[in-house]
Amino acid sequence: MAAVIELTNVSKVYGRGEAEVRALDGVSIGIERGDFVAIIGASGSGKSTMMNIIGCLDAPTSGGYFLDGIRTADLDEYQQAQIRNRKIGFVFQNFNLISRTKAADNVAMPLAYAGVGRQERHTRALAMLDAVGLASRADHKPSQLSGGQQQRVAIARALVTNPVLLLADEPTGALDSRSSDEILDLFERLHAAGRTIVMITHEMDVAERAGRVVRMQDGRIISDVRQRPLRVPALAAAQ
Amino acid sequence: MSLLESARFALAGVAANKLRSVLTTLGILIGIAAVIVLLAVGAGTSNAIKAQIGKLGTNVLTVSRSTSVGGRAGAGTAVSGTRTRSTNLTLDDEKALTDPVLAPDVARTAPIVQAQGVTGTYNNATHSVASFLGTTAPYFTISNSTVAAGSLFTDADQQGAAPVAVIGATVASDLFGASTASAVGQTIQLNGQNFTVSGVLTAKGSSGLNDPDDIVVVPLSTAQSKFTGYAPTLASITVQAASADVMNQAQNELQMILDARHGVDATNRDYQIRNQAQILTTATNTTQTLTILLGAVAAISLLVGGIGVMNIMLVTVTERTREIGIRKAIGASRGSIVAQFLIESLIISVIGGVAGIVIGFAGSAFPVLGVQPEVQPWTVWLSLAVSAVIGLVFGVYPANKAAKLRPIDALRYE
Repeated sequence: MAAVIELTNVSKVYGRGEAEVRALDGVSIGIERGDFVAIIGASGSGKSTMMNIIGCLDAPTSGGYFLDGIRTADLDEYQQAQIRNRKIGFVFQNFNLISRTKAADNVAMPLAYAGVGRQERHTRALAMLDAVGLASRADHKPSQLSGGQQQRVAIARALVTNPVLLLADEPTGALDSRSSDEILDLFERLHAAGRTIVMITHEMDVAERAGRVVRMQDGRIISDVRQRPLRVPALAAAQ
Repeated sequence: MSLLESARFALAGVAANKLRSVLTTLGILIGIAAVIVLLAVGAGTSNAIKAQIGKLGTNVLTVSRSTSVGGRAGAGTAVSGTRTRSTNLTLDDEKALTDPVLAPDVARTAPIVQAQGVTGTYNNATHSVASFLGTTAPYFTISNSTVAAGSLFTDADQQGAAPVAVIGATVASDLFGASTASAVGQTIQLNGQNFTVSGVLTAKGSSGLNDPDDIVVVPLSTAQSKFTGYAPTLASITVQAASADVMNQAQNELQMILDARHGVDATNRDYQIRNQAQILTTATNTTQTLTILLGAVAAISLLVGGIGVMNIMLVTVTERTREIGIRKAIGASRGSIVAQFLIESLIISVIGGVAGIVIGFAGSAFPVLGVQPEVQPWTVWLSLAVSAVIGLVFGVYPANKAAKLRPIDALRYE
């Protein structure tokens, strides 16, 4: 079973000398395909830094990071953009949809950067919106949608390129409890369908929905608990 | 990511802020329109002057008595007393200039006498004639003059000193009203003496400075008998060279003949030769300078427009920092971000350019200071190219700035 994410002794250091901050301090972790992992920690624990490194948005100061078997340090800027496009789907706390663009076009946007044709883009975007239960909202702009709906559009956008990893940064942080539950239910369904999900949160009750909880503090992993056995769903095996 | 996709995103960007895009476009529009109109005015002026000079006769050299160096007064004092002959231009001079051996490049010549203050009268209408000439038939060929009605005077009229006159369009309309053709065959008084109008000249049109149609032409012999007297002195001799290419040779031949006849040389000539080609060159140079100046003013406004585009693109990039972060996070490469913003500034400036060309054409339809501007086709292509270049040049910096943003910084931007 190949690991989707393999971090070996990764450190991230900001500043120099007196002002040096070790946001990540020798972190090693492997995440298997099909897993649903929650990374939990207080602010300043290094969880966001780790998420940025996992998402190829930032490079580690030292240590190795393999995403789906690829050593990311060897990639140039263009290849990193392609990795973000094809292998990772991002979900952000504040949704980060492009406000003047319709839901369907937001979802289709990663496919445009992947070079997919217009017609196919549209079809796939609608299918993905349907999968998150928003087929009827395809022509709405983000401002016409509720927070929970916007986050579902963002999830549809994250999944439209069929990435190996769904990376969610406080996906319920800006939502009320009902919308939060909807989103977490959606994550569970995706997980059940074989998606690999890494979710960052600071709320324990959110983290409890995951199969594995990694707790961080001061740039280090202080605990790594599996709450449910790692399932190997048919879809993941088929991928 | 194809350029077409980038263009689509760019177009959406332009459309997202319509008023701002339109106002930015206006900067380029005004610049391009100014370039087109001002260059058209320059070209129009230049062509008007060329046409005017062309109408006054092509390949024309005018020999006249010198009014500056070595004139009649100078000849008596500075030059030794041995040269006491009259240095006036005479009919003999005129005949000598047509010598086919000494002056092979001279096609024809015409002697000219002039009278000042001639007033024409017909019934109760009077007209003060600006230019009253006595000459011979070749004058009409040399000066490119044709009749709109009636006929030119003939050699027989010249030999018989017949009281006939060919009048210009302005004189005809002043004396006979709108139907100038009715003047033919009528008798008018010039300073009280009866003349029969044999023809009315085709109008040449005013250049604004003087009116070439305010003219009365009579046979040389008639002018001498009735106005200037039979003294052999001519006001000038008009000479037509065989072609425009031999103007300088013709001028040299004229100088050789006249120098010999008058006993002068280059240092003390008592006559001067005006070369139509030189006048044309001078005029062309002047209008070219004018055109360059006008173009430079317009170019400055274009530069200002370009800076406006850059300014707005920088604002746009700052405003959309977050969007850039999102696009990068979902897989936009630097190249596609650069393409998007570069195309956006290109769209703004090229739309401005095209609109400027339209406005430029519209503006050039109206005469400016009496000159009809003529749009030069090359200025249209140049304007299009320049507006595209402006879009690229002034878009490169903002687009690069956008592309260089680190996605995590851009995503955190509030």
